[in-house]
Amino acid sequence: MTVVEPGPAASTGSGVQPDSGSDPDPEAVPDWWDRHPVVLRLRSVTGAVTGAITGAWRRSLQVRVGSTTAVVSFVVVLLIGVFIVDQVAGGILRAKRDAAVSQAELGLVSATSVLANVDAGVVADVADAQQQITSTLTASGKSAGLFSIAIESAPSGSTEKSSGPVIPEGLRELVRSGNLAVQYAPVLPSADAQHTVAGLIVGEPVQARTGVFELYYLFPLTAEQQTIQLLRRTVWLAGIGLVLLIVGISLLVTRQVVRPVRVAARTAGKIAAGDLSQRIPVRGTDDLARLGRSFNEMAGSLQRQIRRLEDLSRLQRRFTSDVSHELRTPLTTIRMASELLLNYREEFPAELARSVELLHTELDRFEALLGDLLEISRYDAGAAKLESDTADLRGVINSAVQAHDVLAGRQGSEIVINQPNHAVTLDMDTRRVERILRNLLGNALDHGEGRPIIITVGEDENAVAVTVRDTGVGLRPGEAGLVFNRFWRGDTSRSRLTGGTGLGLAISLEDARLHDGWLQAWGVRGHGAQFRLTLPRHAGHTLISSPLPLTPLDEDEEHA
Amino acid sequence: MKPRALVVDDDSALAEMLGIVLRNDGFEPAFVADGSKAVQVFRETKPDIILLDLMLPGLSGIDVCRAIRAESGTPIIMLTAKGDTTDIVLGLESGADDYIVKPFKPKELVARMRARLRHHEDVLGETLVIGPGESPVSIDVAAHQVVRDAKAIALTPLEFDLLVALARKPRQVFTREVLLEQVWGYRHAADTRLVNVHVQRLRSKVERDPERPEVVLTVRGVGYKAGPA
Repeated sequence: MTVVEPGPAASTGSGVQPDSGSDPDPEAVPDWWDRHPVVLRLRSVTGAVTGAITGAWRRSLQVRVGSTTAVVSFVVVLLIGVFIVDQVAGGILRAKRDAAVSQAELGLVSATSVLANVDAGVVADVADAQQQITSTLTASGKSAGLFSIAIESAPSGSTEKSSGPVIPEGLRELVRSGNLAVQYAPVLPSADAQHTVAGLIVGEPVQARTGVFELYYLFPLTAEQQTIQLLRRTVWLAGIGLVLLIVGISLLVTRQVVRPVRVAARTAGKIAAGDLSQRIPVRGTDDLARLGRSFNEMAGSLQRQIRRLEDLSRLQRRFTSDVSHELRTPLTTIRMASELLLNYREEFPAELARSVELLHTELDRFEALLGDLLEISRYDAGAAKLESDTADLRGVINSAVQAHDVLAGRQGSEIVINQPNHAVTLDMDTRRVERILRNLLGNALDHGEGRPIIITVGEDENAVAVTVRDTGVGLRPGEAGLVFNRFWRGDTSRSRLTGGTGLGLAISLEDARLHDGWLQAWGVRGHGAQFRLTLPRHAGHTLISSPLPLTPLDEDEEHA
Repeated sequence: MKPRALVVDDDSALAEMLGIVLRNDGFEPAFVADGSKAVQVFRETKPDIILLDLMLPGLSGIDVCRAIRAESGTPIIMLTAKGDTTDIVLGLESGADDYIVKPFKPKELVARMRARLRHHEDVLGETLVIGPGESPVSIDVAAHQVVRDAKAIALTPLEFDLLVALARKPRQVFTREVLLEQVWGYRHAADTRLVNVHVQRLRSKVERDPERPEVVLTVRGVGYKAGPA
């Protein structure tokens, strides 16, 4: 905790906020509560647990089905269990009560005869009579089970009967008014018992000569309670067992459904990742097997289609590559012949000499085209490999500019380089990057109409960018995306000065892509064009932005 | 005497054209179109240099290269139509000294051939000694002989040139580019794998353990130098 407050709670670390009485809202959570370390840890722990549970809930159908089944079946079993226990317990108690009442009615006659001559005032006589009645009635007692007997004399013998069982006053009122009455009340199960147990007391008035005695039958309900207890336990256990069984069944069933679905998902994932030979193992003829078979059929037809297309494109690529290779041997012969002719051109008549020169320069073009075709077929075949090295971009720019020195002089275009004074190092395949820059420069010279060409270098922490800007013919709207197409010509009527192959920018784009870089074009008719190459400083990094804008700054206001 | 060049190429037009160019440049060409006959013709004509096409009927150029190298150090220049990395490395490893990719300019080809045939301005009695003190490598430049542990080591002329170039300036580190210029005669930057492959071949002959070189040392990030004498 970095902030220490002068408050007593914060300084003592006690978890109780002393009630100062100044807090107008007792419901508000005090500020320190949110920052208490224990609270924070507790929150993070509960948060993690909740997160894990919700995660499992979202991810797994099995967890969802299992927990739903568990909750629903638990509630249902609970309701049924409570109902059963309630019904059975009620029935047992009703039977006991009926038996007790009939016992009391049966005993009335003999009790009456015993008590007929007993004087209520003589305690010894009453005790005798009680003993006699007890033995008589106990002997005749049948279905109602064990009981004990208490005799009270009206109006109230509570003072002298304090040692006997306590009869609730409400019951006595009823009995005294001449009714047979029943009440559940705690009784002592036996004379020497320490604790009362749940019991049933039946009371009846007995008419004697000297007055009315109250005769009470006390039935302990121990046996009944045990039965109900046992029943409750049994129902509980059965209920829990049932819930577990249902949950288990539901898990088993979902597993049977989920497993093939998971296998299908995994297989589909592998197929998507490129392993077209993956299939789902299919057993039986049920719905899931049908799903699997359809899936496999789909995968099979997909595989066949892709194979066919792959074969086709491989054949085509092989063809391009083979043609380029096969052309090389005759081209070598032709080239040697033309060199030989060129060496003797002074001895030829003027027309023949010029023809030899044309033959020679066009052979150069033909060779460049062949080289580019081979290069692009290597890209198409996925055989192009990056030979990356850490190097200074400025050196690459300089050699690219030098390569076009002669052409630039012929065009009258000045090449201006804006670059930092320090080394601009990055991971790159210098051969490819130089080729990109040579192509961009050649392109700029071709379309720059003799105006200056500006090369700008920009860098930030993650990326290095070069822009090549010309102020020549520019591009029509929509052409910025087309310039990288193979053999695309901006203006078919324009003469070509560098004798480009028409593949230069397409190869450059592939070169940039191989570096995980960007090559983009901007252009406006009459305002020239700008190409921007952006490369990640370190191999394997993904570009997010470029240090230089694609649209030149001086064009920003007009053509934003 | 005109240097003899053996052209091993199955393309008759190219072979004929090569013949014209070579004769023009003062070579005496011989031809063979079939790879399986190449070694036999080589023995008969005893050429000073061989131009070898990689794609041949009968025996492949790589196999021809190996067969010739097994019995002679005669310079071999591969003519390859493939710019593919693996083919070039395979050719160099099988013993070719240099390669040139079709379509090439005749001047370039002749320059390469001359570089391979160039003789050193041999200083009489020059003997260079490099390598570890207990087992030095001594080079008799004039006699084209290399001896280590009282045993003569057979080197091809190119390997010999490479070793001499390094041994003449024992403390100097040579970059691959410098070696390409001095040994192969390249004017501008070329394939530095040429150097790597030949240094490996040289090491396999002069080093006691090519994995731990003592004679031709690698200077990481720069190039190679001769081990201390």
